[in-house]
Amino acid sequence: MSILLNSETTFIVQGITGREAVNLTRECLDYGSKIVGGVTPGRKGREVHGVPVFDTVAQAVENHGGPIDGSVVTVPPAFTKDAVLEAIENGIKLIVIVTERIPRRDVAQMVELADLRGARIIGPNCLGLIVPEVCKMGGIGGPAKDAAKAYAPGPVGVMSRSGGMTTEISSSLTQAGLGVSTAVSIGGDAIIGSTYAELMPYFEADEQTQAIVIYTEPGGRMEAQLSEWVKENNSRLPIVAFMAGKFMDDEEMKGMSFGHAGTIVEGVEDTATEKIARLEAAGIRVVERIDEIPDAVKQKLGAAA
Amino acid sequence: MAEALHKVFIDVEVDASVAGDAELAKKLEEVCPVDIFKASEGGVEIVEKNLDECVLCNLCVDAAPEGTVRVVKLYEQ
Amino acid sequence: MRFFEYEARQIVEAAGIPVTKYGFCTTADEARKAAEEIGGPVVIKSQVLSGGRMKAGGVKFADTPDDAAAHAEDILKLEINGHMPRGVLVDPKAEVKQEYYASVVWDGTAKRPLMLFSDMGGIDIEEVAETHPDHVGRGHVSNLHPIFDFEAKQVVAATGVTGSQLNRATPILAKLARLFRDNDMTLAEINPLAELTDGSFVALDAHMEMENEAVGRQKGLLRKRLEIAEADTRETYEPSDFERNVAAIDAADHRGVIQGKDHGFEGNLGLVIGAGGGSLTLTDAVRSQGGKPANYSEIGGNPSVAKACGLAKEVLEKDGVEKIAVMMSIVSNTRVDIVARGVIKACLELGKDPGETIAIFRIPGAWEDEGFKILERYGVESCDRSVSLWEAAGRAVAKIQGAPA
Repeated sequence: MSILLNSETTFIVQGITGREAVNLTRECLDYGSKIVGGVTPGRKGREVHGVPVFDTVAQAVENHGGPIDGSVVTVPPAFTKDAVLEAIENGIKLIVIVTERIPRRDVAQMVELADLRGARIIGPNCLGLIVPEVCKMGGIGGPAKDAAKAYAPGPVGVMSRSGGMTTEISSSLTQAGLGVSTAVSIGGDAIIGSTYAELMPYFEADEQTQAIVIYTEPGGRMEAQLSEWVKENNSRLPIVAFMAGKFMDDEEMKGMSFGHAGTIVEGVEDTATEKIARLEAAGIRVVERIDEIPDAVKQKLGAAA
Repeated sequence: MAEALHKVFIDVEVDASVAGDAELAKKLEEVCPVDIFKASEGGVEIVEKNLDECVLCNLCVDAAPEGTVRVVKLYEQ
Repeated sequence: MRFFEYEARQIVEAAGIPVTKYGFCTTADEARKAAEEIGGPVVIKSQVLSGGRMKAGGVKFADTPDDAAAHAEDILKLEINGHMPRGVLVDPKAEVKQEYYASVVWDGTAKRPLMLFSDMGGIDIEEVAETHPDHVGRGHVSNLHPIFDFEAKQVVAATGVTGSQLNRATPILAKLARLFRDNDMTLAEINPLAELTDGSFVALDAHMEMENEAVGRQKGLLRKRLEIAEADTRETYEPSDFERNVAAIDAADHRGVIQGKDHGFEGNLGLVIGAGGGSLTLTDAVRSQGGKPANYSEIGGNPSVAKACGLAKEVLEKDGVEKIAVMMSIVSNTRVDIVARGVIKACLELGKDPGETIAIFRIPGAWEDEGFKILERYGVESCDRSVSLWEAAGRAVAKIQGAPA
């Protein structure tokens, strides 16, 4: 089917009256997503593209007449933690945090509370997730027409640290006739709600998903964690990985920060070369060129058949 | 240093018949998200340096009597 | 954001951790006075944001105030790894019985701060962890509830430390963990944490780094207590003119985001690329296919024509740049036609032919049809999403190297 989202998923948009939120609300509604409310403190009574705005998450839940599944949070960094904690404490189980530049401490607190309450955070600094032709939570894929062009339903689960690359890669899978079961932009920060390994169990349990593609960059230990998970869990899902930013291994580049916050290279362990070796040791195919992904997936699917 | 160029991609034409209308001028200034229109004493003033920022939203076209304000894509000529 | 050692001492002291009676001095005379006040042998330490101070001669011992002044004089003029010192730290030479190690860092996998402690301080902790793992204690702290002393006690006890040492080290580690959290640090390290001959514990050296994203909300510590000016960002390297100019263009216009880096790059192909992951992928792709990028860049969000033009112009005006490649991963927020206008305008304003100067334009996505109209009108070679990032980069490289199309 898909992971995390389905045709019945309901969600709110926190910070809905903001410029970016107004846009993504339109896009998600056009895509068929069920946005049942928005929250911007002080703006109760307004409407954004027909979606009622409330002061509190509790009011939105009451108005809905039952639990709301998710929230897309676009609230500025100084207020994001408060908004996310409010969502969690009002029973929301899937929270997509679009906001970037949130201090790590706040992110860690949100993630820890989510853990305690059985909620899942995607992001921050991400574009959300999408189940082709079913539901889109966040700006991923852009306007509905564009998202439809890039995302066709299919057997490949996609996870990416870069929002734009989620769509680029998914589009190439669509063009190759493969298609996507669920694509997740997991975010570019040093601490995020859901890493590759943490999302794998969901894909593992999803019948529709037959293969996984991940996009990654230097920095952090997510690849090591994924490699360990794959080995320990005897996963049925073949994985193809693409890593960008290999040029950062060069001496002159050390110490510079490129791309996302989590991509500051520190020490041998985190370089692209080390990571690639680790992934391959776990049976994960790492392609050299981005356009090799669809063929690599086809090969893996063929081999599994 | 190199000179800045304006009106390379977009031009906006406002009919003489409405160009002096102060109320229209104010409306146009309000709706344009990239400040192409300025309401002055004489009516509608075009801020040339912002023409190329036009996002083709057509709010100006909609705000004016039909056909009196035209957005011209110079790259289509 | 990095801190000088003397600032890190202040931070640590403010958190209730014992420090030496050090003095921060900017002249030889001040150093003499500080040594006099200390009234014994001292260490003079260069205050630079660089390692290797000892090796470079930036750390000297002085038995008398006059010696202290003389050493300070020398060290204040000594450049270390390209850095001139802000001043010197005058530290009493400590009577050390044993050196310990205490630090707090982020564990990205556990998503919690991690306390580290060792009774083998003064040396490289990574080495100790490898060769003497049972001499390194570790423990995570929650992000939500207050940090309790016993959590630090457990970490210290894990190394075998007991007795009065355990009871003195525990509150220090706990306070270090609290200051790490309260001050949004990414690193809070005391090495060595010294046990003096009189049994007291004191931080002989401190190293702190604060998360850049949090600087805005740490004004109390930064501006009031440490008196660090807002403009003093302590970047790891000096931005080039190109980098500074692009940052200025970015700051002046809130529409969209641009960034440029050229440190370590030298080439003839300017890159106007995006966004984050796309930029990394494209830079790799250009290099892997024999291209020589003149720079790295990121363009993203919803930039104005002026911003896109500004970035393209800065890239084109770099020494040695012959052509630019304008490439991005599929965009939904960024408008293809707006970027097209911007990069073409950059060429026109510099008196260059867009068709000749733009080696390739590959940006699929929002408003691409409008974008193609503009590109065609100006004779710019473009391609759609069916051409991969890899291939687009390859075409740009082939074009600039003069290979037949």
